[in-house]
Amino acid sequence: MRVHVDAEKCQGHNRCYSLAPELFDVDDLGNAVELNDGNVPEGLEHKARLAVANCPEYAITISE
Amino acid sequence: MTVNRHPPVTDFATDFDHTDPTWVNNPFPIWDELRATCPIAHSDRYGGTWLPVTHEHVSAIAYDTDNFTSRAVVVSEVRPGPLDLPAPIGVAPPITSDPPFHAMARRLLLPAFAPRKVDALEPFTRQLCNDLLDALEGKDIVDAAVEYAQHIPLRVIAKMLGFPTEDADYFRHVIHLILEEGITATEDDDERLVEGQALDAYFDNQIADHVANPRDDLTTFLLEAELDGNNLMHEHVRGTMLLILVAGIDTTWSAIGSALWHLAHNPEDLKRLAAEPDLMPFAIEEMLRAYAPVTMARLVAQDVEIAGCPMKEGDWVLLPFPAANRDPEFFDRADEVIIDREENRHAAFGLGIHRCLGSNLARMELRVAVEEWVKRFPDFELADPSAVTWAAGQVRGPRSIPVRLPGRSS
Ligand code: HEM
Ligand code: SF4
Repeated sequence: MRVHVDAEKCQGHNRCYSLAPELFDVDDLGNAVELNDGNVPEGLEHKARLAVANCPEYAITISE
Repeated sequence: MTVNRHPPVTDFATDFDHTDPTWVNNPFPIWDELRATCPIAHSDRYGGTWLPVTHEHVSAIAYDTDNFTSRAVVVSEVRPGPLDLPAPIGVAPPITSDPPFHAMARRLLLPAFAPRKVDALEPFTRQLCNDLLDALEGKDIVDAAVEYAQHIPLRVIAKMLGFPTEDADYFRHVIHLILEEGITATEDDDERLVEGQALDAYFDNQIADHVANPRDDLTTFLLEAELDGNNLMHEHVRGTMLLILVAGIDTTWSAIGSALWHLAHNPEDLKRLAAEPDLMPFAIEEMLRAYAPVTMARLVAQDVEIAGCPMKEGDWVLLPFPAANRDPEFFDRADEVIIDREENRHAAFGLGIHRCLGSNLARMELRVAVEEWVKRFPDFELADPSAVTWAAGQVRGPRSIPVRLPGRSS
């Protein structure tokens, strides 16, 4: 599973970063970036889905 | 409160007024009713105002910065000048700015509000909360809004800007004038003019002091910031200070107050939160969803039709993010507070390019304030439900919450 942040849509609400700091980081402006190329380590799939479901801007997508 | 120059509302679908006591005390049934009957209402008040109440319409308007300008974001009797001036900066960039200037003004401030900067303020905030709680120990009945919630953002913002914390009372006074009394003010209001000049003078003093003694705070950050290779204009610095006072204090005070008010009369939620601190992040987001404090506004920039409603240039549009957050089309069990709600795409901090710049800070203050309160008083309760009062205007939160602190056996 991989997660992807659409930088055009991300407005830096930081929901993803606080729910899944293992998967997302924030840059100096507060916008989100995926960690390790978006690869979701085993066991963190639920967190990845949570991040998707809580992003107010629909900026995060998952690919299997 | 000011004299209400507005007659009582009898029909919210055709004549709503967000300062009407019915709305102020409990707006949720009004929005529910409108969602079912008239999802974009219109009122002739304030010279013509629209009110979308579904998540779909609120977000569509928030994203549509071509047809809706942020030149004025607080509905009042007075409108700003003509809408065809060049790319507006507005009195308080970036909140009153439109593209393309908005992005520059915002980018400038973003680093000061990024998560790591905010994390650095957490120990200060936690200490502040504990000092406030110490002062409540031993009392039977206290006001959680006045004696606790209110002080937290006032002092955190003063600390951030590098203003003396003793001036907190003055800020409170100024914010009240702008947010609550500004709504009914008219153009030739001498008192407001004098207050405005006094506030400018206060900012000028702080700026002079920071020019002479630069330090690690937001004021020095603003004075050193560059836009297109130049320092910010003096008015821009003052406008930003004003924005941060107005945007950062009543809002967060309201959010902390609403969360404590909820816990004060929902003992099962309080018990659960005290026993399961891991739920806190979800509970905080749910409080923000259910009791979102901030309704924004836009002006229609050019005639446009939204869902069949003919909006005319210069009309006001209220953007009630709190109503979007209660839309049952968008949220399961939208009218219930579910403190472990896992999926919560709420819009308390807005949507699109104006996403609350202070959202990381506000969340940190709210979480720390509730954590420390619940740790200290895990079984407090509402003392007198009828004595709870709510702020009128576009920032909604309890302004008085009398609670009983059970005697402690220690
Ligand atoms: C719970 C507390 C808060 C809530 C609910 C809240 C809500 C909002 C909302 C809904 C907006 C969107 C405005 C729009 O669409 O026009 C906004 C913008 C803004 N907020 Fe907050 N806010 C809070 C706390 C703060 C704090 C603590 C600060 C700063 C210290 C702050 C600073 C700002 C600024 C500067 C903007 C304008 C951003 C822009 O236009 O790009 N807010 N806020
Ligand atoms: S939750 Fe969405 S908008 Fe917020 S930082 Fe993450 S990707 Fe960006």
